[in-house]
Amino acid sequence: MDLTHSPADEAFRAEAREWLHAHVPPEPLPSLETAEGFAAHRAWEAELASGGWSVVNWPRRYGGRECGLVRWLLFEEEYYAAGAPGRVGQNGVSLLAPTLFEHGTEEQRARVLPAMARGETVWAQAWSEPEAGSDLASLRARAVRVPGGWRLGGQKAWSSRAAFADRAFGLFRSDPGAPKPHQGLTYVMFDLRAEGVTVRPIGRLDGKPAFAELFLDEVFVPDEDVIGEPGQGWRIAMATAADERGLTLRSPGRFLAAAERLHALWRAQGSPQGARAQVADALIGARAYQLATYATASRFLGGERVGAEASLNKVFWSEYDIALHETALDLLGEEGEFADAEWSQRYVFALAGPIYAGTNEIQRDIIAEHLLGLPRGRR
Amino acid sequence: MTVSPHTPAPAAPEPAPRFLLDAEQRAFAGSLGAMLTAAGAPAVIRDWSRGERASGRALWSRIAAAGVFALAVPEAYDGLGPRPVELAVAFVELGRYAVPGPLVETVAAAAALSAPGPAGRFLPGLASGESMATLAREGGYALDGDAATARLVLAADGLRLAPGHGPVRASLDPARRLTRLLPGGELLDPDPPAGRALLWARLATAAQALGVGLALLDRTVGYVRRRVQFGVPIGSFQTVKHRLADAKIALEFARPLVLGAAVTMAPADVAAAKVSACEAAYATARTALQLHGAIGYTAEYDLSLWLTKARALRTAWGDPDACRAQVLRDRA
Ligand SMILES: Cc1cc2nc3c(=O)[nH]c(=O)nc-3n(C[C@H](O)[C@H](O)[C@H](O)COP(=O)(O)OP(=O)(O)OC[C@H]3O[C@@H](n4cnc5c(N)ncnc54)[C@H](O)[C@@H]3O)c2cc1C
Repeated sequence: MDLTHSPADEAFRAEAREWLHAHVPPEPLPSLETAEGFAAHRAWEAELASGGWSVVNWPRRYGGRECGLVRWLLFEEEYYAAGAPGRVGQNGVSLLAPTLFEHGTEEQRARVLPAMARGETVWAQAWSEPEAGSDLASLRARAVRVPGGWRLGGQKAWSSRAAFADRAFGLFRSDPGAPKPHQGLTYVMFDLRAEGVTVRPIGRLDGKPAFAELFLDEVFVPDEDVIGEPGQGWRIAMATAADERGLTLRSPGRFLAAAERLHALWRAQGSPQGARAQVADALIGARAYQLATYATASRFLGGERVGAEASLNKVFWSEYDIALHETALDLLGEEGEFADAEWSQRYVFALAGPIYAGTNEIQRDIIAEHLLGLPRGRR
Repeated sequence: MTVSPHTPAPAAPEPAPRFLLDAEQRAFAGSLGAMLTAAGAPAVIRDWSRGERASGRALWSRIAAAGVFALAVPEAYDGLGPRPVELAVAFVELGRYAVPGPLVETVAAAAALSAPGPAGRFLPGLASGESMATLAREGGYALDGDAATARLVLAADGLRLAPGHGPVRASLDPARRLTRLLPGGELLDPDPPAGRALLWARLATAAQALGVGLALLDRTVGYVRRRVQFGVPIGSFQTVKHRLADAKIALEFARPLVLGAAVTMAPADVAAAKVSACEAAYATARTALQLHGAIGYTAEYDLSLWLTKARALRTAWGDPDACRAQVLRDRA
């Protein structure tokens, strides 16, 4: 066991740090949950891409550096330590791209990925529906076969950033007669500005249009926008759902940087004794998450498949994130109430962690059944 | 965590895994575990709690023969060390079997015995298991001072060999017997590495606590699968599942801190490992007791051997508050 990085990895880290130091905007960008902020973040993605840093672990032909897992983790540490903006392309990069690498065609990859890497096309995830949240397999939005493609109908809900995004990927029921709810689903990509699509932004807790409802009325999707075999959508989607909960959604760099910020805030407030345990726990938790992630990366590089462990991560980081931000708001006292304070914005964001990417209740079921071997009970 | 298995392989293959225990370290844990299973630890623990030492000493010799104490002893004194990572691995196993005795204290004593004279006098015996040490800070309690053959005190004027011990007091954990060491005695080293001794004690305690927590989780998972109420195994109830899932999460995130601390041996890392492993183990103990119902509350049932230890380890060698303070102090 060894926790040091190779000189080559450290050189990569230094290169990333230097580039970020020279390019990260000196002032924070406006919130990416607003039209203005979304545009600013898109421009930032383009700048990242021009430096070759937007998707470091992808193949070069799609805009990446082919740098591998460990370097991706190091890049993320540097990225958040540098105070760089939130990633507007996250859904596409962490969910759609891995799906295309595994199940897409070369034509799809060539068409979709480079534009995604440059932030030119921002993707929204259209899985949830008003009646299908935790019980996602009960979804009802449909895809009906027509010559040359499919027609989509129905409603999707809670689609992050769909208010400003360009395209979406989602699951649709293509065989209503299939014997089981998760059979007969098809995974498709569609244009949010296509005819028949209505996007209704929904304000989150603080009113910002962070997600949206989608109404689909006879929306045509050509065959080349179906991912994998029609009817296989569930399997394809689940293969990457674990990514959303795990590493690719939340690398440790984010929490290491947040814990440092919290520690600095605590010191700036005169290191009050009352918050000492929470601040220490934030530092300890970030380190735990970092070391756990490196261990998992090693297992993966050693050829192991890593599956249900993603649920351990999901619950850990989402609850950690809330505790950290609650501590920050407590430290700020009255100042913490202001909606425009950066800590308040991050707090509002953190509050959703235990709900999205599969609620923590569902993740605990997965841990209990798949990792501890407990019997399935009534849901 | 999922590392996307769907991400394409990099052009040049990445080097072999580095952030995990290697095969040899895992095999060491496995063979120690097998030995402890065969040794029938619960009976030994109960003997030890009654002050009957023969079975405990026999187990001690086997643990020493497996090389555990030698990991804290330099090669120059017949040891294999210092090898904190392997030591942490071993202590997870010792915790998993709730092995009694001044295990941590013997390691801490070895770390405190660095001056050539006392080192040459005591370390070979500690490494081989011939002797058993305990170590206390002046004014504090020593674990198993009545059983140890070398009773050491980190006193204001240096490391002393205590001339004897006072009355033995029972701990919340019946297998832990506490006593004050008598003042005075031979001065072994006027300037002992007290910080180093504390660091090794904390690391070993953290690892032991992690093992205790893992054992509690394992036993409880086994129990809730068997125990039937309302016509179904209680493990199928969601509340039960979720409490165990939380225990699993806490332990799985304490584990890398313990191993990582053993690699760096930085005081803040060791303190972080101590607080998180002990908190995780203690929370798991609370869950284990609750989910066992009344049987878990009985002394006859073996679960109690781990339950009480989880509480005791939480405050041994640095309570959570002291450890958190250390984490913050090192960043000031
Ligand atoms: C900020 C945010 C962004 C989101 N972004 C997206 C997105 O981009 N795309 C998308 O498709 N979706 C998105 N979602 C939706 C998210 O995936 C769902 O909210 C989530 O799956 C839960 O579904 P639900 O809201 O319908 O809650 P429900 O499923 O109705 O659950 C309500 C409560 O009941 C609990 N519950 C339900 N079933 C069980 C059970 N079997 N056992 C125990 N408890 C249970 C849940 O844990 C939860 O606490 C987003 C949500 C949020 C908050």
